[in-house]
Amino acid sequence: MNDGKKKLLIEILTPIFAVALALLVSDILILLYKESPLKVYKILLEGTIFNPYGIGQVIFKTTPLILVGLSVAFAFRTGLFNIGAEGQLYLGAFAAALTGAYLPAGTPFIITVILCILSGFLAGFIAGFIPGILKAKLGSHEVINTIMLNFIIMALVNYLVVTYFKVPETLHTKDIIENAKLTRLYEYFPVFKGSASNISFFLSLLACLAVYIVLWKTKFGYELRAVGFNPSAAETAGVNVKKLITLSMAISGGLAGIVGINFVLGYKYYFEEGFSSGLGFMGIAVALLGKNHPGGVIAAALLFGILSQGGLVINSVVPKELVDILQAVVIIFVVAASSEVRRLLFKSAK
Amino acid sequence: MTESYVIEFKNILKRFGKVVANKNVNLSIKKGEVHAIVGENGAGKSTLMKTLYGLYQPDEGEIFINGEKIENHSPNNAIKHRIGMVHQHFMLAKPLTVSENVILGMENASGIRLNLKEADSRIKKLSDEFNLSIDPRKKIEDLSVGENQRVEIIKVLYRGAEILILDEPTAVLTPQEVKEFFKVIKSLVAQGKTVIIITHKLDEVMEISDRITVMRQGETVGSLASKNTTPQEIAKMMVGREVLLRVEKNDAVKGEEVISVRNLSVRKNKETLALDSVSFQICAGEILGIAGVEGNGQTELIESIMNLNSDKIASGEIKFLNADITSVSTFERLERGISHIPEDRHKRGLVLEYSISDNLILGQQHLFSSNGFLKQNAINRHSDERISSFDIRPADKKVASKGLSGGNQQKVIIAREFNRDFKLLIAAQPTRGVDIGAIEFIHKQILKARDNNKACLLISAELSEILSLSDRIAVLYKGKIVKILDSKKTSEDELGMLMTGAEK
Repeated sequence: MNDGKKKLLIEILTPIFAVALALLVSDILILLYKESPLKVYKILLEGTIFNPYGIGQVIFKTTPLILVGLSVAFAFRTGLFNIGAEGQLYLGAFAAALTGAYLPAGTPFIITVILCILSGFLAGFIAGFIPGILKAKLGSHEVINTIMLNFIIMALVNYLVVTYFKVPETLHTKDIIENAKLTRLYEYFPVFKGSASNISFFLSLLACLAVYIVLWKTKFGYELRAVGFNPSAAETAGVNVKKLITLSMAISGGLAGIVGINFVLGYKYYFEEGFSSGLGFMGIAVALLGKNHPGGVIAAALLFGILSQGGLVINSVVPKELVDILQAVVIIFVVAASSEVRRLLFKSAK
Repeated sequence: MTESYVIEFKNILKRFGKVVANKNVNLSIKKGEVHAIVGENGAGKSTLMKTLYGLYQPDEGEIFINGEKIENHSPNNAIKHRIGMVHQHFMLAKPLTVSENVILGMENASGIRLNLKEADSRIKKLSDEFNLSIDPRKKIEDLSVGENQRVEIIKVLYRGAEILILDEPTAVLTPQEVKEFFKVIKSLVAQGKTVIIITHKLDEVMEISDRITVMRQGETVGSLASKNTTPQEIAKMMVGREVLLRVEKNDAVKGEEVISVRNLSVRKNKETLALDSVSFQICAGEILGIAGVEGNGQTELIESIMNLNSDKIASGEIKFLNADITSVSTFERLERGISHIPEDRHKRGLVLEYSISDNLILGQQHLFSSNGFLKQNAINRHSDERISSFDIRPADKKVASKGLSGGNQQKVIIAREFNRDFKLLIAAQPTRGVDIGAIEFIHKQILKARDNNKACLLISAELSEILSLSDRIAVLYKGKIVKILDSKKTSEDELGMLMTGAEK
């Protein structure tokens, strides 16, 4: 086996190994709760990937995770840590909901949907552009700025919703027009009946493909990755580092901006205060577990999608918080212990 | 035994998987000598040293220390036998003082308070005894590179070392610091210590060592007494063929002016200038060398010509091919015909994580793409051609650049920069950390560029390199050009004087 293949194998095996170790830890927790781990996992799997409704729900939960993970991974590739996905996706979802709600009722489906997606992307793009340009021009750290911007955006959007856009007695905006509503998957595959999964799943897969092509097949991506690895070398080679940092952060924000499409256009048909519930931070975990690669992001999002749906299913036997712990342990094993995992792998390979 | 050897290696063999790092290694070190171990990068010097220090266990062969056969050698065992090692990269905590660094890991604590006073006085004594002139109370961050190295030596002496292993000790030192460093070595030996130096700088080896062991491809080729040999002989043993140590060059055929720098001043911080009204010009077909101790404005000069420090330029004008480029972007400067071999290839020259192939197009990616998409076939063809023309090894374009030796990394940069249709070549420290075979190759390339009517700006900390390649030499001291000399009418001594600011 040559070195390249060996490296790839390790890249793939590391997260799998980490998940296995995390399962071991959760076994102990389940046993402490005086339940059988096997029974709990059986329920978890039966409720998710072994029944059609469960699969539909997993797809529904996976869709936004793919997009938000992709957003964080994109910035990572340029050496930027986007903690601001939470705010960016909040603003994007709000923009998409308003566009969907205030377009003339007769606007054709395709145009409405495209406009909603574009407005979400644009809102996120702007929310990412701000920390991007601050980093490029003033050198101020994007982690601080994106965190602060999260507070600003969420407070601002909540204020706007409550003061101007809410439907009385609720905390959400008015419904989007009929032609903005995304087709549910059960209309094509009736087995998914009852699940909110919708065609925005395909949008998220398309976004992954697009990001892959941009990063690895274009001159722009070549330069972005060069900046991510070594900004000084990129600068010396005549690359406009400041411009690329700004653009990368903005595009990352744009990708976060369409995370809410799944919820707004595909599920509730309105923007609701607090809908994101930490999705932006899950994005960091998805990106890390997925090794900042679009393919890895899909796999990692699927895992977290299964766990997220699984948490609801096993709630009858053990507290659903157990799954939250499982997710956290997976992340710890992948991030903090990945070198340790590698060492173990190498040892066992000898 | 007729002579007393402190260390003896007999037929050492060390394998890493299938790779043989050391074989047939025989080495005998006498007490009180300076013993140099020389060899090209990858010749197995570091493996040998790590074996000596107990970090690696040999697969075959015997090690004797002070005549005693050593089984299961380990770093603890090495320390027990009073062997100390100074690594090439310093391992010091910058915000701490010299004393705090020296006692780190062996704190003689009474209760919860450190007994620093005792350490201070012991370090002071060591410093006086070996002419190290180190103040134990100073913080590491306030010390120069040379002083940092002396602190590392104190660290080893403090632990009672009798045999000191120094890995590439002069790699980071300026010519002046090298001289100081040699004095330290001499005083160490005068006090009965044994010193083992690993290096690939032949002139220094000749000057400081008593005996030399040459390594090639993992084997020891032989040991010689320094006074009975010549750099040529050692170079031949290292490389396995005749090597041109002296550069042969034709007279310069000067053409039109290519670049002129006028009254360039660059700020270092609010108060001081890193470059102070520097002016020079270079014509086609000539090499201007910049001599100077590092940190006297060389970096700022290169950055100014490449527009990498626009916020620091205080005043001045740079003309390239008769056009003012003072406010032109880096990209545009490269496009107009400046090729740049950066002084720090890891920081500015390469994206180490990128493959050879990706690094060979860095800065030229627009020439290898259409409609924004990379033309992978063109990139592959280009890489294969460059790899074979410049003999880059391994000849595998997919290999990540960080896995290459220093010489091959430098070849990647040169292969890339020579691919431009350049009029001016900026070669900064082009042979730093590069082995002899590659140095010869790089020097030839630079001279070839000059003979092809290119203008060259050569910046190097190696005076001999500046002297042998340049047509004219500008001496930079504290940000000012002290003098511009004809390289035929000057000497290393004269340059050395000017470089340290001494008036003639």
